[in-house]
Amino acid sequence: MKNYFYKNEETHPLTWRIKKFKKPIFIDEYERKRGYLAFKFALKNLSPDEVISIIKDSKLKGRGGGGFLTGEKWSLIPKKNYFGKKYLLCNADEMEPGTYKDKFLMEKIPHLLLEGILLSAYAIQASCSYIFLREEYFFSKNLLEKSILEAKKKKYIGKNILNSGFNMEIFIHTGAGRYICGEETALINSLEGKRPNPRVKPPFPSQSGLWNKPTCVNNVETLSNVPAIILNGSKWYKNISKNNDTGTKLMGFSGKVKKPGIWELPFGITSREILEDYAGGMQDGYKLKAWFPGGAGTGILIEHYLDISMDFNSLSLVGSRLGTGICIAVDDKINIVSLLLNIEIFFSRESCGWCTPCREGLPWSVKILKDLKNKKGRIGDIEILEEICKNLSVGKTFCAFAPGAISPLYNAIKYFRKEFEDGINFNLPVVKNKISGIQSNNLNNI
Amino acid sequence: MINEKEKEFILKELEKYENSDAVVVESLKFVQKRLRWISLETMSEISKIISVPVSKIESIATFYNQIFRKPVGKNVIKYCDGVVCYINGYKKIKNAISKHLNICDGCTTKDNNFTLIPICCLGNCDNSPTIMINENLFSNITVKSVVNILESIK
Repeated sequence: MKNYFYKNEETHPLTWRIKKFKKPIFIDEYERKRGYLAFKFALKNLSPDEVISIIKDSKLKGRGGGGFLTGEKWSLIPKKNYFGKKYLLCNADEMEPGTYKDKFLMEKIPHLLLEGILLSAYAIQASCSYIFLREEYFFSKNLLEKSILEAKKKKYIGKNILNSGFNMEIFIHTGAGRYICGEETALINSLEGKRPNPRVKPPFPSQSGLWNKPTCVNNVETLSNVPAIILNGSKWYKNISKNNDTGTKLMGFSGKVKKPGIWELPFGITSREILEDYAGGMQDGYKLKAWFPGGAGTGILIEHYLDISMDFNSLSLVGSRLGTGICIAVDDKINIVSLLLNIEIFFSRESCGWCTPCREGLPWSVKILKDLKNKKGRIGDIEILEEICKNLSVGKTFCAFAPGAISPLYNAIKYFRKEFEDGINFNLPVVKNKISGIQSNNLNNI
Repeated sequence: MINEKEKEFILKELEKYENSDAVVVESLKFVQKRLRWISLETMSEISKIISVPVSKIESIATFYNQIFRKPVGKNVIKYCDGVVCYINGYKKIKNAISKHLNICDGCTTKDNNFTLIPICCLGNCDNSPTIMINENLFSNITVKSVVNILESIK
């Protein structure tokens, strides 16, 4: 195992500046450690197109969960400014259960995000940016506000930045506690002051987004990667990874592990390495039963897959997703049905209710899981759950919320069917044959 | 009633956005800080300031779970019921709070001091279980420490 504990600029582009634990880095220290160099360099020597082509070349993928190529996303924004303004939105609405990476970056090194926003805005020639921050991140908000003021004083933000003719404003917009706001188009609706339901695509935000202007939405971690790529080049960025996905990723482990936490690691590292070498393995008295690769919205996996490489492709091949890359360990004392009940209650509570499969399907799955947990399940319940999974899969719903919500359930039935079967009371009448179509409410009368 | 300071804040927020609808969430949250909840009167006052129909403001106020449509206590306790806190036993913590204050989910104590509500994962999973009281985050909570925290707030 290569040791990634010793940080340097070459191997840890996101976190090498963070030496002292718990202390945020403000502008003086950030500038001392080569901060804002990339931005100054780009303003002077690179055209917006050149910045885009460097990022395209680096193959940087979006770190919000989708994994879309960032350079490609930027190049979809129209070059000519027929529409007046263009917007760059920073998605900091981190609410995925089990995820704490954006918070880590904003609380430790807020200027890295600001520099990333400035560079990305320069690349797509946006003149205004909103950081959509979740409400509960009060500490992040204070730090970002302070950092924006600092950057304004140094003339990195404002009009005619460093005499280059480039104008940029950065605002913080806080939400009011809805998970769906993290979805690209729901975020735009929320910012506009509408109910945050997802929008129909097309038109895509790159053509018609915030106030019908070309808009690009990027995650905090994605934007934080940009400065180092501009400074050190795309070739270096490709080389720090261990496989096809380029660069590093904040990865971590939480749950009943000895040292839960977050580390910057190259793609291609296995989750066993993270669990054993970084998180210190499971706590005494606990055994690993299952794990989530990246938040509660990713398919649950069993120990057998611990040696899988942590990257977008490998995880999708085994029926899960990298998601946010922050793993959760489920120990052997946890009943899988109860765990899934907790997850589905969360998702059914947070569903915006805009499209029928999600609005109806998730509460239905909660109802069945509750029965199974209380050993009051009926024969046919597991089949109904499987049917719900099918009806909420990719392409059947308006946005990616429902497929994310249902993928841990789908995998859990696959790997732990026995525990679901244990919840069935064979004395109760069979339900499967009595249901016509999808009428969840009828279940009460059976 | 909305006071002058709040009105000023709302009008200043307007400068950040292209239309006045975008300030609704921020205005509601700012006013709620003092009044502890959003009544119909509050909404119609905000509606007059920013010229957005009350119905629209209400549709937003009812969507977000941190906009309270009935009065809450002086201190709002939000316990994280995310999956990691579930693994680390948030239920014990929640029951300890409920028992100590004698309230259920979404309820307020008789002295209007505390309200208890669940919240989405607070992004503090490496220090789970976790709760938030007003703007303060408490990490690695135990059944014992949560009672001490509640006592210190009284």
